[in-house]
Amino acid sequence: MQQIFDFFFKNKTFLLFLLLLTIALSLTIQSHSYHKSKFINSANFLSGGIYSWTSNINQYFNLKTENEKLLEDNTNLKSLLFNQPEGTAISTIDSTYQKYIITEAEVYKNSYSAINNYLLINRGKKDSITEDLGVITSKGIVGIIDKTSEKYARVLSVLNTNSRINAQLEKSGHFGSLKWNSDSPQFVQLEDLPNFAPIKIGDTITTGGQSQIFPKGVLIGEVISFTNDASGDTYTVDVKLFNDMTNIGHVYIIRNKDKNEIINLLTNPDE
Amino acid sequence: MNNLILVNSLRFITLVLVQVIILNNINFMGYINPYCYILFIILYPANSNRLLFLFLSFLLGLSVDMFSDSGGIHAAACVTIAYVRPVFLKSAFGMLYEHQTVKFKDTDLSPRLVYMIGLVTIHHLILFSLEVFNISKVLLILQKVVFSSIFTVILCLLITVLFSRNSK
Repeated sequence: MQQIFDFFFKNKTFLLFLLLLTIALSLTIQSHSYHKSKFINSANFLSGGIYSWTSNINQYFNLKTENEKLLEDNTNLKSLLFNQPEGTAISTIDSTYQKYIITEAEVYKNSYSAINNYLLINRGKKDSITEDLGVITSKGIVGIIDKTSEKYARVLSVLNTNSRINAQLEKSGHFGSLKWNSDSPQFVQLEDLPNFAPIKIGDTITTGGQSQIFPKGVLIGEVISFTNDASGDTYTVDVKLFNDMTNIGHVYIIRNKDKNEIINLLTNPDE
Repeated sequence: MNNLILVNSLRFITLVLVQVIILNNINFMGYINPYCYILFIILYPANSNRLLFLFLSFLLGLSVDMFSDSGGIHAAACVTIAYVRPVFLKSAFGMLYEHQTVKFKDTDLSPRLVYMIGLVTIHHLILFSLEVFNISKVLLILQKVVFSSIFTVILCLLITVLFSRNSK
C-alpha cells in the first residue's frame, strides 16, 4: 500500500499529464464523429457572448455587401413573383398550410481554414431551433445545425469532413452524397454519383430532398470536373459552391414541419 | 507573489481573447494562422508548481478549443508542451535553469529563440496531426506545421520584445 502511494507521489506530474492528455484526446476523437462533440463547443453563453460582441463591431464593415446581397435576393424573388403563369395569383396560394418555416439568423463566427469548420449563429432553443435543421443563404447551402444552446446554435458547415449532404444533378435527378476533402473552401466533392448519369461541366448541383433536412432543389454549386471512381461505376465530381463560404453574414434556417411525422413513419414501419 | 498571479491571469485572458478574436481569423494565404496564445506557457515562471502549471495549460488549450470548436486538439498540444518544457529550458538556457533563475527579459536572443522554436514546433506538430487526423496527409501536416511555426515564432518574438518592460 505504502509503495502505491509512493509511486503516485513520485510520478504525480506524469500521472496528471497523462490524465489531462487522455481527456484532451478523447475530446478530440469525439469531435471527429458527427453529433458526438457534446461538451466543448462555442454555443454557450461565454463564447457566444464574446462573439456577439465582436460581431456587433464587425457587421458595420460588411453593411454594403450585405445590402447588395439583399437587393440581389429581392430582385430574384420579385421576378419570380411577377413572372408566374396566369391563374396562380398570390391570393390562390394556400397560406393556411406552410410546410417549411424559415428563420433568419446572423452569423457570429465563421471558419473555413480548418479541417472541421463550424459556424456560430444567434438563434437557439428559445427560437425553437433544434438539431438537424438545414441552413442556407440566398445563394446556396451553408450547413446543418448540430448543437444548440438557449440563445445560440452551432452549424456544421459543408466545409467539414464529417458533413454528408444528399445532393443531385438538377437536370436528371441522379443523386450522390456531398463531402469535403478539406483542400479548398471553394470546392466540395459529390461522391457516389452513378456513372450513367448524363453529366456535363457547368451542370448545376442542388440538394436532393431525400433527407428531411433540406427542401428539394436548394442550390449548391456547379460541376467543375468529374472523374471515374476507383471502383469504376461511380463518378466523383468537383463542385464549385455558389456560396462564398469565406464571407457569410446572414443565413436562413429551414424547419420542415412534417419532419417528425416522416421520421416516425420510416422508423416504425410495422405500426 | 500576488503580482505574479495577477500578471498571469491577465495574460491568460488577454492571450485567449486575442487568439480567438484576431489571430484565428488571419488566414494568411488561405490557411496559415499564428497561435500566439502559447506565449502563456512559454513565459510562465520556470520555478513554479508544475502540477498547477500543467492544469493551467490544459485550461488554456481547452478555452481556445471551446472558442474555435476544435474538440480537444489545443488542450492536448498545450498539455504536452507544458510537460516537456523543462527539457527545452535546460537545453536552451543550461546553467541558468539549473540555478532556477531564468528570467526571460534578461536572456539573450539566441537561447530564447531556440527555446521558442522548440516549443512552438512541438505544439504545432501535435495540433495539426490531431486536427487533420489522417496519416495519409503527412505532407499537408508538415506544410502547415512549418509555415504556421514560422509565423508564430516571429509574432511571439515581436510581442515579447514589444511588451518587455525594462528595455535596454
